[in-house]
Amino acid sequence: MPIEVDGKTFETDEEGYLVNLNDWVPGVAEMMAKEDDLELTDDHWDIINFLREYYEEYQIAPAVRVLTKAVGKRLGKEKGNSKYLYGLFPYGPGKQACRYAGLPKPTGCV
Amino acid sequence: MAKAKFEVPELQEYPEVPKIEPGTMAHLETFKAKPEFQEALGFPGELVDNWQEQAIEAMGDMLGKYRSLKVYMDSCVKCGACTDKCHYYLGTKDPKNMPVARQDLMRKVYRRYFTLAGKFFPKLVGATDFTQEVLDDWYNYFHQCSQCRRCSVFCPYGIDTAEISMAAREIMDRIGVGDKYSNEIIGKVYRIGNNLGLPGPALEDTLEGLEEDVFDETGVEVKYPMDVKGADILLVTPSADFFAEPHVDGLIGYGKVFHEAGVSWTVSSKASEAANFGMFIGSYENMRKVSLRIREAALELGVKRIIFGECGHAWRVAYAFLNTLAGPFDFLDKNYPVPQHILEFTLDEIEKGTLNIDKSLNDDMVLTFHDSCNVARATRMGDKPGGQFDIPRAVIKAVCNNYVDMPEDTIREATFCCGGGGGLLTDDLMELRVKGAKPRMEALKSVTEEYGVTHMAAICAICKSQFTKVIPYYGFEMDQIVSVHQLVSNALILTGQNSEGEEDESEEDAA
Repeated sequence: MPIEVDGKTFETDEEGYLVNLNDWVPGVAEMMAKEDDLELTDDHWDIINFLREYYEEYQIAPAVRVLTKAVGKRLGKEKGNSKYLYGLFPYGPGKQACRYAGLPKPTGCV
Repeated sequence: MAKAKFEVPELQEYPEVPKIEPGTMAHLETFKAKPEFQEALGFPGELVDNWQEQAIEAMGDMLGKYRSLKVYMDSCVKCGACTDKCHYYLGTKDPKNMPVARQDLMRKVYRRYFTLAGKFFPKLVGATDFTQEVLDDWYNYFHQCSQCRRCSVFCPYGIDTAEISMAAREIMDRIGVGDKYSNEIIGKVYRIGNNLGLPGPALEDTLEGLEEDVFDETGVEVKYPMDVKGADILLVTPSADFFAEPHVDGLIGYGKVFHEAGVSWTVSSKASEAANFGMFIGSYENMRKVSLRIREAALELGVKRIIFGECGHAWRVAYAFLNTLAGPFDFLDKNYPVPQHILEFTLDEIEKGTLNIDKSLNDDMVLTFHDSCNVARATRMGDKPGGQFDIPRAVIKAVCNNYVDMPEDTIREATFCCGGGGGLLTDDLMELRVKGAKPRMEALKSVTEEYGVTHMAAICAICKSQFTKVIPYYGFEMDQIVSVHQLVSNALILTGQNSEGEEDESEEDAA
């Protein structure tokens, strides 16, 4: 099920993840969020941008603890926990936020 | 929690056997593996032209290799003892999720091609041709079995539905029909070293982060080493322990225990995964290939012992099959079990008195324990029968003041699956996972109401992820699931640890 952003078509896999990670533009995240009835705020973008930076360096999404620690450092200790992240991304930061950020889905026993 | 697109079962005060509702789960077909995932495992990329012929040949091959499979095909007397034992039947009401019906999906094909009566009088003996329709049923319902083996405990003949579903998946793989979840993951293990696809540098960064966290909390330099040659112990643990919560809190606990025990240990970037999904798809070859990484890593690093972290099916592969798959392990120290479970190690240290435990640090919780299916019904720990039940409980009770068991018919060898085992822990099977968790949720609810249980501890990465995900559908909170070594970590006071201080409390919050 491909998604369309500004007249451009982006191919996604059966679970809605972008097939070509390099294609990603911010509009992809906006469109995916819209389909989930979610409005992206600056708080969401902080997470999405961090995920993309981390992925670029390590070729994998950050571990939950790495993510919560980074969020805690950047946005304050009270936000450095999973509850805060699940508040933003109800399907889970690892999966929903990664999808918006154009990252592949974390697989395995997670 | 995401909104459910299906009906979440209502928990009852006393578990009831539901009236059957045929076909409730017929729609649920997990994503199929793409050709590239299939081929990486040595299987055809897509359904082969003469699939029926090849499937029957594969079945014949397996019947010849596994005597047990033939016995299971022949010995069912339809007594019905298994019908109400499967969590997926209890949660979905679909009669094809009764173990006997699941077995019969293969049995009717077996009878048609491998028994005299079925060859000549198929209708009289319930034998059918292997049609596309039958294959579709195989795919859907053999991916609605978590291979937990609860039914086999109650079967008077000991018929093991798990083994039948493994064989069915292998037959399907051999004709080019595999499931995406398991097969993509096994490919990642070959390419990158673990289920997650966590490359060495990311693993190193994550472990360094843990060292910082533990230092910040305790003031003690606990190491989480990777690829250290000459270490005594190789820790093989599920990659979820590096990645997810509450898994990572358990990993922190293992490291603290090793530190206090004064042993040298390491994880390996090559064998950075305990899980072995080769078992879920019934593929001996893939199970062997995944296991051999552990042998290679142990040899390259020159370790003397191998210890497995909290992972259910990995412990089955390790305990029951590792020596035949990847042995002999004559290069390891024979004074210790080969391999050893982290809980065995920790209990030894507790009994030796090397660990300074303050149980009151877990006083904010009332614990119960979920026996993982593969540990409970396919392995042992320690040197006494039932050690796999008693050792985890002994460790929890040594570090917690408040512990209560769930009802007897839902624990130990009668434990209910978490609902996500056997290669079914994928989002596209969420409906099955939520419904299949119902019996465990009822048991948890009963001790919550009766004894004020607040947390359920588990020793399997799949159980932990599955529960964390599905319990919110039943009105619980995701952080009510904890790792057993997280409890150890909370209560363990390290030598030289900062006394008192707010940092101690932040860890309790994390629980």
